[in-house]
Amino acid sequence: MNLVIHEKIEKENRIAISVEGEVDVYTAPQLREKLLPLCQGGSQITVNLSKVTYIDSTGLGVLIGAYKAQRATSGKLVLTGMNARLNRLFKITNLNQIMDIEDQAGGGQL
Amino acid sequence: MTADQGDLSMDIHLKKLYEKLLASYVKTSKEDHLYNAQQLSKWFMEKRIPPDEVVNAHVRTMKSLFPDLPAEVKASFDLLLEMMIGYGIAYREREKLMNRQRELENEIEVAVGMQQTLLPSKTPSLEGVDIGVISVAANQMSGDYYNFVDHGVGSIGIAISDIIGKGIPAALCMSMIKYAMDRLGTQPLSPAEVLKDLNIVVERNVDPSMFITMVYGVYDSRNHQFRYATAGHEPGLFYRAAEQDFLDLKTRGLVLGVSRDAEYPEDTISLQPHDAIVLFSDGVTECRVNGEFIERETLKQLIQGYIHMPAQEAVEAIHQKLYEMTNYKIRDDQTILILKRIG
Repeated sequence: MNLVIHEKIEKENRIAISVEGEVDVYTAPQLREKLLPLCQGGSQITVNLSKVTYIDSTGLGVLIGAYKAQRATSGKLVLTGMNARLNRLFKITNLNQIMDIEDQAGGGQL
Repeated sequence: MTADQGDLSMDIHLKKLYEKLLASYVKTSKEDHLYNAQQLSKWFMEKRIPPDEVVNAHVRTMKSLFPDLPAEVKASFDLLLEMMIGYGIAYREREKLMNRQRELENEIEVAVGMQQTLLPSKTPSLEGVDIGVISVAANQMSGDYYNFVDHGVGSIGIAISDIIGKGIPAALCMSMIKYAMDRLGTQPLSPAEVLKDLNIVVERNVDPSMFITMVYGVYDSRNHQFRYATAGHEPGLFYRAAEQDFLDLKTRGLVLGVSRDAEYPEDTISLQPHDAIVLFSDGVTECRVNGEFIERETLKQLIQGYIHMPAQEAVEAIHQKLYEMTNYKIRDDQTILILKRIG
């Protein structure tokens, strides 16, 4: 399955990305190539995951890599639109304790 | 005679056979010759004779059988030979790639054997406790790791770990975890201490997008308590025999390798006779049945059907059942460990 990534530069240093499809061992490199070069100069990156149907540990690794890069340069990585399954994954890994996660739908999710 | 010379004489012999066949066929047009040609081409391929050499043999034979061939036909042979050179190169290239592939396969086979030695060769015996474990790779190399640490004082440490990704990178990372654990020796460290230590090792030594999940528990056979902490690992299950139900273990710690100062809170549970702890990797909870992820409830019911069996038989039966339910397709490495209080 293919991954579709849309990128929108909102303002200088504010970038919004939306991801669509399955992020797994085959498609994660696509996300990495898009996301990691943006992680510099203290940018604020919002990644909308509302159209992500599945993310495996490799995909999660890409988000962790981006989080670490942002942390190192005082930037910010915000994740939005996570479905119940993704929320569970972030809860089990306890990444929800350290990463910025915004509930776009405004409630109704785990 | 060397092997090369042997091959060479065999090649010449085969080409002679072709020349004879061709000489006979152009005169008789016998249908069985076509069958013979099919058979001969198989031998040619077995001997890895490239296509341009076949055409060359053909042209040479035709010229010697018919010295008076029209000049146009002779000229056409030159063109044909020229055309075949490219095919010959492609054929040799493919040969090289196949050899390279065989080499890689051999290397991976050696690595698979080495990886087996990273896992404990046997499950430890502890009084009043029955332990079973199974770990099956989706491909040749696995990203799942488990380990036992026998403290020698009636308690053992148990680790189950899931390394991000699959295959060779995961396997390399696994050896790091194994040696990091080995250097802690058999001292009876608490789960929090073990995970804190491993977290620092992983954080320092791996790629930023690499992480590892782990559950580490200490089972004390003197008071039958299981004290555990988790690092972002899929929650295991606590089976209570009297109630015949499963409680989820807690998952309160961050995955290893993300944050250097992460803390790993511990929880303790007390086991009554026939109670059990079931630990697994995410290849178990994320296996797909008819395209859908298996429900945790379904998994609990499945485990319940086997939990009365001896631990090793139970893990094998559970794995086999999952294998059947997923239509014999394992997408991710699967590890299942059962620790049961028997006395």
